[in-house]
Amino acid sequence: MQMNEYKPLIVAFCCNWCSYAGADLAGNNRLNYPADVKIIRVPCSCRVNPMFILRAFQRGADGVILCGCHPGDCHYTSGNYYTRRRMALLFSMLDYLGIERERTRVEWVSAAEGAKFAATMNEFVETVTSLGKNKRLEDLRCSK
Amino acid sequence: MTKNMNDLREELIRMSGCKPSKCMSCGKCSATCPAYSEMEYHPHQFAGMIQRGEIEPLLESESIYRCLTCFACVDRCPRDVQPAKLIEAVRLVAIREQGKNRLKADQVPGMLDNDIPQQAIVSAFRKYSK
Amino acid sequence: MQRIGVFVCWCGSNIAATVDVKAVSEALLKEPGVVFSTDYQYMCSQAGQNMIIDAVKEHNLTGIVVCSCSPRMHEATFRKTAKAAGLNPYMVEIANIREQCSWVHKDMQTGTEKAIILGKAAVAKVNLNAPLTPGESSVTKRALVIGGGIAGIQTALDIAEAGFEVDIVEKQPTIGGKMAQLDKTFPTLDCAACILTPKMVDVAQNEKIRIFSYSEVEAVSGFVGNYDVKIKRKARYVKEDICTGCGACVDKCPMKKVPNEFNLGMDNRRAIYIPFAQAVPKVATIDPNTCNMLKNGKCGVCAKICTAGAIDYKQQDEIVQEKYGAIVVATGFNPISMEKFDEFAYNQSKDVITSLEFERLTNAAGPTQGKLLRPSDNVHPHTIVFVQCVGSRCSACAEKGKEYCSKICCMYTAKHAMLVRDKYPDTDVYVFYIDVRTPGKAFDEFQRRAVEEYGVKYVKGMVGKVSPEGNKLKVQASDLLNNKQINIDADLVVLAAAIEPDKSARPLATMLTASMDTNDFFTEAHPKLRPVESPTAGVFLSGACQGPKDIPETVSQASAAAVKVVGLLAKDKLTGNPCIASSNELMCNGCSSCERVCPYGAITYVDKEFRMPNRTTKIRRVAQVNSAVCQGCGACTVACPSGAMDLRGFTSAQIMAEVDAICK
Repeated sequence: MQMNEYKPLIVAFCCNWCSYAGADLAGNNRLNYPADVKIIRVPCSCRVNPMFILRAFQRGADGVILCGCHPGDCHYTSGNYYTRRRMALLFSMLDYLGIERERTRVEWVSAAEGAKFAATMNEFVETVTSLGKNKRLEDLRCSK
Repeated sequence: MTKNMNDLREELIRMSGCKPSKCMSCGKCSATCPAYSEMEYHPHQFAGMIQRGEIEPLLESESIYRCLTCFACVDRCPRDVQPAKLIEAVRLVAIREQGKNRLKADQVPGMLDNDIPQQAIVSAFRKYSK
Repeated sequence: MQRIGVFVCWCGSNIAATVDVKAVSEALLKEPGVVFSTDYQYMCSQAGQNMIIDAVKEHNLTGIVVCSCSPRMHEATFRKTAKAAGLNPYMVEIANIREQCSWVHKDMQTGTEKAIILGKAAVAKVNLNAPLTPGESSVTKRALVIGGGIAGIQTALDIAEAGFEVDIVEKQPTIGGKMAQLDKTFPTLDCAACILTPKMVDVAQNEKIRIFSYSEVEAVSGFVGNYDVKIKRKARYVKEDICTGCGACVDKCPMKKVPNEFNLGMDNRRAIYIPFAQAVPKVATIDPNTCNMLKNGKCGVCAKICTAGAIDYKQQDEIVQEKYGAIVVATGFNPISMEKFDEFAYNQSKDVITSLEFERLTNAAGPTQGKLLRPSDNVHPHTIVFVQCVGSRCSACAEKGKEYCSKICCMYTAKHAMLVRDKYPDTDVYVFYIDVRTPGKAFDEFQRRAVEEYGVKYVKGMVGKVSPEGNKLKVQASDLLNNKQINIDADLVVLAAAIEPDKSARPLATMLTASMDTNDFFTEAHPKLRPVESPTAGVFLSGACQGPKDIPETVSQASAAAVKVVGLLAKDKLTGNPCIASSNELMCNGCSSCERVCPYGAITYVDKEFRMPNRTTKIRRVAQVNSAVCQGCGACTVACPSGAMDLRGFTSAQIMAEVDAICK
């Protein structure tokens, strides 16, 4: 145990049809993952505007994860493909800005994959924790 | 499959630029092959055997020199496996091992006569030696 | 400013054991906009719901936050509660503190902290909630079926059976489609005409069904429940309502050498023709490309012969405009072209034929009256070679073949081979196969019967080359199981050509904004759970336009599509999902980014007049979202460069507020 245990702040966007249900299933099966993960429900992963992610980092988030239906399974047929392309661009730009690749992630979690959801979150929190506090984009005026 | 054969398979796939795993064993390559009766192993068997790593028998076989490289199999294959290129790759591997040259440079002058086009001899030299 | 009430549920001990509900309730009371906060054992119970209703009335609440289980569980319940309290149901937000908090965390302190943050996010969102009302639209109680093959026929009959009007649009002069051309049908071997033609007659006699034969869909506009369709009725130069179908004109037409499409060009028809005896509608059609009267005004025999006076050389194409509530696509399939398969000598020899041509050759109503004769010299063939998978499962060359399995070939080839051996036991029949795929009721038994009882020689391997020599066809093939190359002198070679969607499907999909896969098959809304609906609301799929299918499958899908149509037409009003995209016209610059990403074609553009600051007006192109079509995925909101597009119920401001609340 470290002295002042560092707790990362993780924002997770979950699509209503697959990943949010997957997160619920993780709950139903009592599969633990750290409380640092806070989930925001969106209709589809393609609803997530890059601005939301930038805002999260600006407001002091240490990691952002986007969960959607598996490719080919999108409730809206093609939304997750848009997500995949958009995030590939955004994440490489964030990497360029100094927000490490490991702090951002897109993951496909189906409504049946409660275990995958919990495992993904455990692993993601661990990765972000090892990276430490994200200061790169943080607006210091917000930290008060 | 020994480790060695596994490496050899990857090498053959790299050299030929073909994917033997795409083969669905329809046999259209062998059906179309004009050298079929001369061959111990037939074009479709090359795809299967390379995929399974049974490459030793192919290297030992005369079949690799019987292929005319007419590319009929490449043209007809519905899966784009390109058996002739696989056979060519196996042949190259065999030739590159020392002493497997079928046609040595000093044999060429003796073959020159008016009945064989010189181009055929040049092609044969390219095909049977390295 | 909202007046928000927060209701924290204990869910017995499910939440209360890990989350200090009192602390959550107290903490959230300090949030902006929150005027009331409480907790209760079971918020979803009748008592809990009454508590909410009372609080709304007592404190004049405008918004509600329930900290409880997943919104997937009880969002609908609490929305109803809000409605009962006189609030708009969409003023409710749920903070999921059970599945995503108390059940996954063990520590009371962290659980409580997280629950407070989730509650704050929900409060922040409700602060920006606006009342939403689902849009309503009417339903035109009539369906359109595009394509009059067995799929379209079955769908139309089933819809009419349920009491709704149906129109069938068929581009050929008669309905019936591919099935009308078949001889026998597997696996029972009953004749196709015997089971199809009664259905065609049913269609003709059904008062609810109209047939637009020799017609094509020209334009489609509108949306689910309210389609406007323009149908082009091509001039057939015969008055459909007067012609009795007696055929006297056909007999007397001097233009005798027109290749007969119905028999795939294996015999000839006249310039005025009825495709086949049981055609529906049984009306003659003049082919304008070959009729002398229409080409140069020199003939007019049919008009003289026709006692009914049905011939009208001056007839013009006519556009009919109709309204429909639902559209069923049943455009079917065609065998692919054999032009590019040089190795099988299809172009070189008349005796290399496709399986559909073989159907006509063995059909009693076909060019040979059902006698199996070689097309080149009308001699009975003694050795017949069937080649399967011609162009199917072919990934090498997209222009040549198709990557998918055409599904029906294994069975019809077994049928053909069996029928030949049954009628002509002196014939040698070979079938070259890669795999025999016969999943289906009584299908494998059928194929085995061809081998065991009828002595069809199945050879595992592909034919490599067919070369015509004299009056024989030299077939060179592999026998993979015996590791042999074999040569057969055949009299007839039958190619099981891959099937592809009809060419009319692609432009039709564009008109309907229905999506297609790379092979031009229509995409279903869900591959497992919504197989007969297109992702575009109001468009349904029937038969082979969605993927290769045999007759039993086509009929079951056709009936399934009909049920979905009836379910739609039975409604008087369609209530939409209010959480849909909407465009701010003042910010929209008409760039079309949103239109391109919309998977439903819900976005259209209109030219609208705007007032400018200097008292002038200006016309600008702006996006409009059709509320009946939009499903609310939000793809457009991100694509929009100017931020004009937003999603109701999940607005950018709301999600941003949630992010802020979580990251505070």
